[in-house]
Amino acid sequence: MGQKIKANASTIVIGIFFVIAAIFLMMPFYFMFLSSLKPGTEILRQGLSFRVEPDIMSFTNYNALNTYREGIYWSWYKSSLIVMLLQTGVGLFFASIVGYALAMYNFRGKKVFDIIVLILLMMPFEILLLPMYRALSTMKMTNSYFGVIMPYLVPSFMVFFFRQYCSGLPKELIEAGRIDGCTDYGIFFRIMVPIMIPAFGAMSILSAMNSWNNLLWPLIVLNQDTKFTLPIGLGTTITPYGNAYDVLMPGAVMAVVPIIIVYLFCQKSFMAGMTAGSVKG
Amino acid sequence: MQSAQKRPRAKLSGLNDPRIVPYVMIAPFVIYLLGVYLYPTISTIIMSFQRIDGPTQAEFIGLSNYNKLLTKNYIMALKTTALFTVWDVAILIPVPLLFAAMLASKNAPLPNFFKSLYFIPALTSIIVAGIVFRLAFGSLETSIANRVIGLFGAAPKMWLQFSGSSTFVLVLLTLWRWMGVNIVYFYSAIQSIPADLHEAGKIDGANTVQAFLHITLPSIRPTLIYVLTITVLGGFSMFTESVALWQQSNPGGIGRTIVGYMYMMGITKNNMGLASAIGITLLLLVFGVNMIQLLLMGFFKKEDA
Repeated sequence: MGQKIKANASTIVIGIFFVIAAIFLMMPFYFMFLSSLKPGTEILRQGLSFRVEPDIMSFTNYNALNTYREGIYWSWYKSSLIVMLLQTGVGLFFASIVGYALAMYNFRGKKVFDIIVLILLMMPFEILLLPMYRALSTMKMTNSYFGVIMPYLVPSFMVFFFRQYCSGLPKELIEAGRIDGCTDYGIFFRIMVPIMIPAFGAMSILSAMNSWNNLLWPLIVLNQDTKFTLPIGLGTTITPYGNAYDVLMPGAVMAVVPIIIVYLFCQKSFMAGMTAGSVKG
Repeated sequence: MQSAQKRPRAKLSGLNDPRIVPYVMIAPFVIYLLGVYLYPTISTIIMSFQRIDGPTQAEFIGLSNYNKLLTKNYIMALKTTALFTVWDVAILIPVPLLFAAMLASKNAPLPNFFKSLYFIPALTSIIVAGIVFRLAFGSLETSIANRVIGLFGAAPKMWLQFSGSSTFVLVLLTLWRWMGVNIVYFYSAIQSIPADLHEAGKIDGANTVQAFLHITLPSIRPTLIYVLTITVLGGFSMFTESVALWQQSNPGGIGRTIVGYMYMMGITKNNMGLASAIGITLLLLVFGVNMIQLLLMGFFKKEDA
């Protein structure tokens, strides 16, 4: 009996913590959505507001996305989508193979690569962007989507994750596959990849999220405003001469919604994949 | 048995030779390392001793870039970044750890729901989130933050115009955005602790706090080290959060970070040599701090498992 009361009390205390954190984390979404329905002048006049004011609220701002500078918002959207799909697809392909090889094979130089992967996790990537930009300009590849994804072809955090994940896979499968007449590449693609689906799920979410939100490198590489990605584009609506909140707020909502929907659909496998690939000693 | 023997075993020679396979598999990574890490790193080091006049024109000028480094702006960016990193580590490790432990506890209400909910801010663009925070901490008397402190009788503040309060807003934005991610890391690690460890602790009469300190914490050390490492790195190389809050119009350099300063010098002012020197100092700083951190955490001690 006493045990049960104690358990209930701690459930309530933990619950209070959970709800406070949830309110803090969800509040900005509430503001974002609410102000996307209000006229931009209202935001200029009094900032964000908790109040639901039906008389001044409508979805007309969302129409501004189509009309603002001839619908440039959707060009940004398209850019972001292209970059996200390319970067995630290519990154998953290469990083999974590399992480797998590092986890499953013993070969000369393996230790060196293990250490390199760890060092790369500590490398401030940002300092490499200037020389990379110079190299891109000599190759005349600035302002291209390939330029945007180039630094992320084999992301080291993904290699690290896949290595952790694959070290939990049964090595006997390789021998079994070889006996069945499979090459080692066939074994990877036909036997291992299907087992690694949760890892792919987790990494595609993390990669999509990194790409969708990346600012610094696309900002350096892209210089034509129709090719901008959403973070750059939305940033340009804030200028010293005035802020286009009418576009900014609905634009921000539309940028968030698809990602959240995708996440809600696959969050179960995402959590499972993250757990299986979590850092082991 | 019979049939397995009859099957044509693939010829395991050439690129299919199991001794060669791993090298083929990591080949893309080797090319990537050379092109995306090694070349730019060496290039940054060389550029930091040069004056750059164009994509292919450069002239060696010795230590001149480093001598010009110690300006007021640089020191200010360094201070902003260091202060931010300290707070970042001090908040973004313990708070998510506490929540992960609570989520993993038997008494947690709706743990899966809250865990998934907490991750949602990580999906949002920092630029977008920054716009909301910018408005919430605006200097208008009616901004959310000013109304909140107004409830306690405080006068409205210009939050983003002063070093102290702007660090607070930056850390808050970072906490909002990354809390869920770190919770997932810690939660995953706590979940993989063998249950019998906690059973044994219970038999020995350990209470919740003791069990957390003596069982949970040591068990998740690898994750703790990993998260600490990426948090230090993320703190020192922070850029987007600062742009999101100030849009490069930092009053007197408030909120401008080292990477922001590097971007301003390298791209906006087109002085790549000086920007490279800034980058090199950042590299040394991150490696230095992380080495100290790894030493303190006992990362280089002989593995006991």
